[in-house]
Amino acid sequence: MQTSFTNRKQVLEQKEMNIWERMYLPAIVKGMAITISHFFRKPATIRYPEQKRTVSEAYRGLHILKRDEIGAERCTACGLCALACPAEAITMEAAERKPGEESLYREEKYASKYEINMLRCIFCGFCEEACPKAAIFLEEDFAVANYSRDTFIYGKDKLVEKPKQGTKAFDIVKVGRQRELN
Amino acid sequence: METLINFLPSIIIIVIMFGVTLLIALYSTYGERKVAAFLQDRIGPNRAGPWGLLQPFADGVKMFTKEEIIPASANKFLFILGPSIAMICCLMTGVVLPWGGELTLFGRTFYLQAVDLSIGILYVFAVVSVSVYGIMIGGWASNNKWSLMGAIRGSSQIISYELSMGLSIVALVLMTGTLSFREIVNQQHGGILHWNFLMQPLSFLIFLICAFAECNRSPFDLPECETELVGGFHTEYSSMKLGFYLFSEYINMFISSAVISALFFGGFNFPGMDWLLETTHSQNIVTLVGVGAYFLKIFFFIFFFMWVRWTIPRFRYDQLMNLGWKSLIPLALFNLAAMAVIEMVKHQHLFGF
Repeated sequence: MQTSFTNRKQVLEQKEMNIWERMYLPAIVKGMAITISHFFRKPATIRYPEQKRTVSEAYRGLHILKRDEIGAERCTACGLCALACPAEAITMEAAERKPGEESLYREEKYASKYEINMLRCIFCGFCEEACPKAAIFLEEDFAVANYSRDTFIYGKDKLVEKPKQGTKAFDIVKVGRQRELN
Repeated sequence: METLINFLPSIIIIVIMFGVTLLIALYSTYGERKVAAFLQDRIGPNRAGPWGLLQPFADGVKMFTKEEIIPASANKFLFILGPSIAMICCLMTGVVLPWGGELTLFGRTFYLQAVDLSIGILYVFAVVSVSVYGIMIGGWASNNKWSLMGAIRGSSQIISYELSMGLSIVALVLMTGTLSFREIVNQQHGGILHWNFLMQPLSFLIFLICAFAECNRSPFDLPECETELVGGFHTEYSSMKLGFYLFSEYINMFISSAVISALFFGGFNFPGMDWLLETTHSQNIVTLVGVGAYFLKIFFFIFFFMWVRWTIPRFRYDQLMNLGWKSLIPLALFNLAAMAVIEMVKHQHLFGF
């Protein structure tokens, strides 16, 4: 006789049902009691676009390029995030900071172009771990949906954190935006 | 002229009844989705209008604007006839149901019932039997094997369950001594204790189970069982012809609930009826409250239909036939025999008295 290799072996006994079980009705009544108890329960789902669930602080959603206390961009375009990226979703171009741009860029070198392809990105968070300047983070937003693929390549306009009011960067960005509008 | 005036209340009641039936069927679809959602810990449709209340109309617009497809190999005449029969039959059933008691308006007294046929129950059975042709013709005319299988299942199921349904009603008729709906409802006057489901619990149970089968509702929804037959008998149907089939299912559910409420739950009778008549001295008020009570009972049974649908899984085909032929029919026969003996003892005809 073959021995069982696990201790979880169970012998299934098929017993003849008694008259009470064969009537079906008691079991049906029991089942209906269970379903009606769910009728009065709080729903597990929410009204999504109006209501949103709070996510954990460690949640890995869309990326953000941070600014420092005075509102200058932290990223120095070292390329470590792109190197760490397993999906090769990040590309960037470096540029040198000109005199007078100290309130916009923290270091002497900055990223003039910084792009993440959100269709390639696997939201692993390795870029966040690789960054030596605490410049890139994965935040809570997650719902990206669009009709064309090229809209999923996020440039600096979408990635860089909005400057806080009162910082010099805020004024400069505002002036720049107004110039664009004009 | 005189005949016209005599017929006028009937015609008005028929028109109102059509409107109410269609409206209730329309909102049964919404109710079904909401009840399903609540039973599954969800919220349900909530986009169209407040709490999704306009959802049925959105569905209706969708149904109407869909492309109407008649398969090339289908028999065109029968293909259109199928949903028409299904719709007409389920609308016809409601004519004999007593929606309320006496109402006096403009000096004339009439019953809130379109026609009081002395053979009301037989009429309902006849029309329900014809409605199986809607499924059969639709499935046959589609020229599709899934449709045909669904149609065959549907017809054999309805025919098998009609037998035990009829037998359970015979037991009821034996007790009440009449086939008229109004008479049966009036006999249940005088409190919950006089309602037939207490007098005839077995008849009620058999009738309820068979009503589920007659309506093709889960757990007996084999004719349209998606996992085996794609869409069942309406696989080839699209647009409003499909809408008619789905709609007739909901109307059938409403009519079945109404028949169950009338036969077993006192129809428009409600506890405290005589007391209300004594305090208000107005038959009209009592009648209107009675109509409300009747509809409450109907709504409860519609809810019950939905509740069962989301509780009990579908029967396998052999289980369905076993239940119908080997359990329900013997049970109904036993019930009939027992009722006959009880009636004889009651009327003291037994043992030569």
